[in-house]
Amino acid sequence: MTTVKPDLGAAEADAPGPEPVSTSAHQALSSPWASMAAVVIAVLWTIPTLGLLITSFRPESDITSSGWWNIFTNPSFTMSNYDQVLHGSDTKLTTYFVNSIVITLPAVVIPICIATLAAYAFVWMKFPGRDLLFVAIFALQIVPIQVTLIPLLKLYVHPPLNLMPLAGPDAPGGGFYTLWLSHTIFALPLAIYLLHNFMSQIPGELIESARVDGAGHVQIFTRIMLPLMAPAIAAFGILQFLWVWNDLLVAITFGSPTTFPLTARLAELSGTRGNDWFLLSAGAFVALVVPLIVFLSLQRYFVRGLLAGSVKG
Amino acid sequence: MSTGEKFIQMFIAIAVFFAVIAVILLATQRMRSRTGELAQAAAFVLPAVILIGVGLLYPAVTSMYQSLFDKTGEGFVGLDNYQTIFTDSEQLLVLRNTAAWVILVPIVSTAIGLIYAVLIDRSRFEKFAKALIFLPMAISLVGASIIWKFVYDYRDPTQDQIGVANAVLKGLGLDTYKFLLNDPWNTLFLIIILIWVQVGFAMTILSASIKAIPDDMIEASRLDGATGLQQFRFITVPSIRPSLIVVVTTISITTLKAFDIVRTTTGGNFDTSVLAYQFYTEYFRSYNQGLATAIAVLIFILVMPIVIYNVRQMRKLEAR
Repeated sequence: MTTVKPDLGAAEADAPGPEPVSTSAHQALSSPWASMAAVVIAVLWTIPTLGLLITSFRPESDITSSGWWNIFTNPSFTMSNYDQVLHGSDTKLTTYFVNSIVITLPAVVIPICIATLAAYAFVWMKFPGRDLLFVAIFALQIVPIQVTLIPLLKLYVHPPLNLMPLAGPDAPGGGFYTLWLSHTIFALPLAIYLLHNFMSQIPGELIESARVDGAGHVQIFTRIMLPLMAPAIAAFGILQFLWVWNDLLVAITFGSPTTFPLTARLAELSGTRGNDWFLLSAGAFVALVVPLIVFLSLQRYFVRGLLAGSVKG
Repeated sequence: MSTGEKFIQMFIAIAVFFAVIAVILLATQRMRSRTGELAQAAAFVLPAVILIGVGLLYPAVTSMYQSLFDKTGEGFVGLDNYQTIFTDSEQLLVLRNTAAWVILVPIVSTAIGLIYAVLIDRSRFEKFAKALIFLPMAISLVGASIIWKFVYDYRDPTQDQIGVANAVLKGLGLDTYKFLLNDPWNTLFLIIILIWVQVGFAMTILSASIKAIPDDMIEASRLDGATGLQQFRFITVPSIRPSLIVVVTTISITTLKAFDIVRTTTGGNFDTSVLAYQFYTEYFRSYNQGLATAIAVLIFILVMPIVIYNVRQMRKLEAR
């Protein structure tokens, strides 16, 4: 389990408890109290996750009879909780894990492609109504997805012009199209805005000289723009990945039990088997592993994306 | 559908999509005339514009219209649904809870995030300390809810506790408490979950802008004999004011739309529902389309001024 690493690391660092980390000699608010406050916050923030992580490795009987902190005095570990949530007939999280992957990959790749194309046109092409259209897309960011859900669902079930319904028993692609499409739509305004911001920082002379050399927009886009935009695309890609993987609302509105991702299944389990902590704890960490790996390995880009989204810089 | 079939469907979807994009690019590549330029621009922009038009604009307008109709969406009722939201006792409770969320989550998260960012700034463990607080942001709200439900787990005072919160209470010699059941404080305990998640966001943004404060400003204040607290009050906070506003407004928007926590922990029972969750129950449980869309539109109306203010502040930040 790869999740173990960061959290165990956290445990080691926090284990000394209230002992101040005496590092902040040259710090603005330097005093043992300040360091202690920081350690207290860090410990408080880590304990909930750590508790559930430890619980997920404890035998069922231990979980129900004593608190997880007893593991330090009375250690006993098992992998059977994970075995049961992944393969047990009543939870079968493996199926939902697959669904999460199948939903997330296209829902990240497709909006990024569409948004990069659109952002390129908004920055480097001239056409009537360009600025108005860009402002309109930018403004549509304020639409909360709740407002769009019901009409969108109706469109999927009863599309106009005799188009194929994307939802329902005979839905194409096993019913995943509604999820892919919805996530794409909801991602576009922010994606176009962010990529537009990054793209307009690229010096215009670069594009101009390429045009003088006879390159068309398609060449400029694929040969110059895409490589230059890679960090920005990565930044948005991670935001979108975490958003889709962790989403619940879109999944339960447009999905069906056969296309539910992990989040939807976990929410279900939390309702029906709310006291079976051996299942819920292991289940929660199964859902956590992938975003955690993505997050820890690509944290740099993630922070950059966040900063670009709210504080461009 | 088997696992293999699902992956095949996924690859088909991605392949079809790339084929369409490739055709668009190839078809427009050779065009150099004035109309060619236009066709090319259209090819680049139209996929996005059509999707946004059909998937966002049309549904948003339809929702506003539908909110003037009854349960089934057939009989016109005017503003009755909105009247229900502001008069019905159940809905008023929802409004009360939503207000508590939107006030507490942004302010408390930002405050803790700011304090933490200042405390760990330039310390030896800064990166690690940040990662700890930041980690909850990678977790889904469903996952966060489960993590905290376990913290809040209740057992009779005579029994061994398995939830940390009640274990602490018992350790202090107090009675154990039903954190998720007792109205109105249960809402507060749900709010803590979102604060736990959002502090990481606040800390990241604020830490970046604290680092952007010029060193000579801090040096000058130190020479003038400012204490750490005075520096914080008179240098740090005013310097990062625009970022503070952006953080507070961004978190408010997230809070107004978050429904996962209420759904996973209490299912909206025990008087904990909020607007974003009430929308969901009115439509999918009570089949009241009119009221559901009215609630969605209300969320829209509440979010709008915050977003506009947020964007203006962002522009200011960019201009600097």
